[in-house]
Amino acid sequence: MTWKDIEIGGIVTEPGSASYLQTGTWRSRCPTYDHSKCIKCAICQTYCPEGCIHQNAEGYYLADLFYCKGCGICAKECPKKVITMIEEKE
Amino acid sequence: MEVSIAVSEAVKLANADVIAAYPITPQTHIVEHLAELVAQGELDAEYVPVESEHSAMSACLGSSAAGARTFTATAGQGLELMHEVVYVASAMRLPIVMAVANRAISSPLSVWGDHSDVMSVRDTGWIQIFVENGQEAVDNTICAFRMAEDARVILPVMVHLDGLHLSHMVEPILLPDQKEVDEFLPQFNYPLPLNPNKPVTMGAFAPPVVFTEAKWAQEMNLEKSKEVILEIWKKFGDKFGRYYNPVECYRCQDCDTLIMTMGSFSETAMMAVDRMRESGQKVGLFRIRLWRPFPYEELRRTVKNAKTIVVLDRAISLGMGGPAASELRNALYPLEKRPKIVGFVGGLGGRDVSPTDFETIIRRGMEIAAGGSNREFEIYGVRE
Repeated sequence: MTWKDIEIGGIVTEPGSASYLQTGTWRSRCPTYDHSKCIKCAICQTYCPEGCIHQNAEGYYLADLFYCKGCGICAKECPKKVITMIEEKE
Repeated sequence: MEVSIAVSEAVKLANADVIAAYPITPQTHIVEHLAELVAQGELDAEYVPVESEHSAMSACLGSSAAGARTFTATAGQGLELMHEVVYVASAMRLPIVMAVANRAISSPLSVWGDHSDVMSVRDTGWIQIFVENGQEAVDNTICAFRMAEDARVILPVMVHLDGLHLSHMVEPILLPDQKEVDEFLPQFNYPLPLNPNKPVTMGAFAPPVVFTEAKWAQEMNLEKSKEVILEIWKKFGDKFGRYYNPVECYRCQDCDTLIMTMGSFSETAMMAVDRMRESGQKVGLFRIRLWRPFPYEELRRTVKNAKTIVVLDRAISLGMGGPAASELRNALYPLEKRPKIVGFVGGLGGRDVSPTDFETIIRRGMEIAAGGSNREFEIYGVRE
């Protein structure tokens, strides 16, 4: 987007533009899961500041890595230590 | 008519829709009279008596974004209190018009006039115009609405009038006819107004990937607004007979020495120039009327034959000097034949500068230009 494409006053004309912003590229650490320990309590989902943790078909909770910024709050709060943060790969 | 009252009458002639303001000396009479005009049904507008200047400008953002013709006025500490919102108005391209009755900034507390408040909003992205008398204040308040709302501009405009020295003067002032102002000032249509049927996001977050582009778009818009400002002043002049220019000259042809001023003290400086001319000295005066966007070309054209320019700044950038003198130096530095620039700071916090004082300043400036000084700038009138 060039400066000429900016709408007057930086107005955003279509709703929901934040959904296109891939905040997952900000991540330096990535959540990994050992679902054998998971009790599906949803504490990770409740605490996620990005609101990007969703249940999969089996009912386990996973972060959407398109948005996950790797803050690690889910790993810290999980009472069963399901989640381990590992270094993000290039 | 008192100049403050005349400014309110100009806002009435411009048929403003919303006025959100907080009274502060020396601007109070402007909004007080507007409140009366609205209360008496003479002006069909919404008057929002807010709890602070920060709220005043915030309310103006909302009403302007809804497409309403919006006016406010402030001064000194009030302008400081609304400071962060002043930037938002220009970046969001909201064509608010604001009269600033220029006042000193505390401390020590002063309700009297100087240009300290102007200098604190230099970088806010507003179009800024200085006026020197009541007629100019009326004319430029009307022009300000048209400049702000022109589809090629859409930017807020500040009209600077000296607090007390100008705002509280009683002068003969011609108020234009309503019909003629209506013809000059077409109805305003904001391109993307707040509208529940077409929701938009205003003042959105910008990550680093787009912030620079947003700022450059703003800069290009403000720079390009100058040609529209010139066009509107020309159209105003053709209709009402009074013409305005980004840099105004007074007897500045064939001069070795020029003095530069801004605001109402310029008329005092004219008297000093007249006296010095009568005694055979080649002295002239120029004034910056269009403070932003900065009139680089016009200044360079005005001073091209001068050897010395003496600047009186009614503000001090502490630790640096006179802000207008420094901006003038910046503008003239690329010239091959540069005049000497001698900066004075004076007229602070309501201190009078008389015609005789101006003569003294000009003479002292000429001495410094010839013999040099061990200071970067001088202060005028301080008691030793």
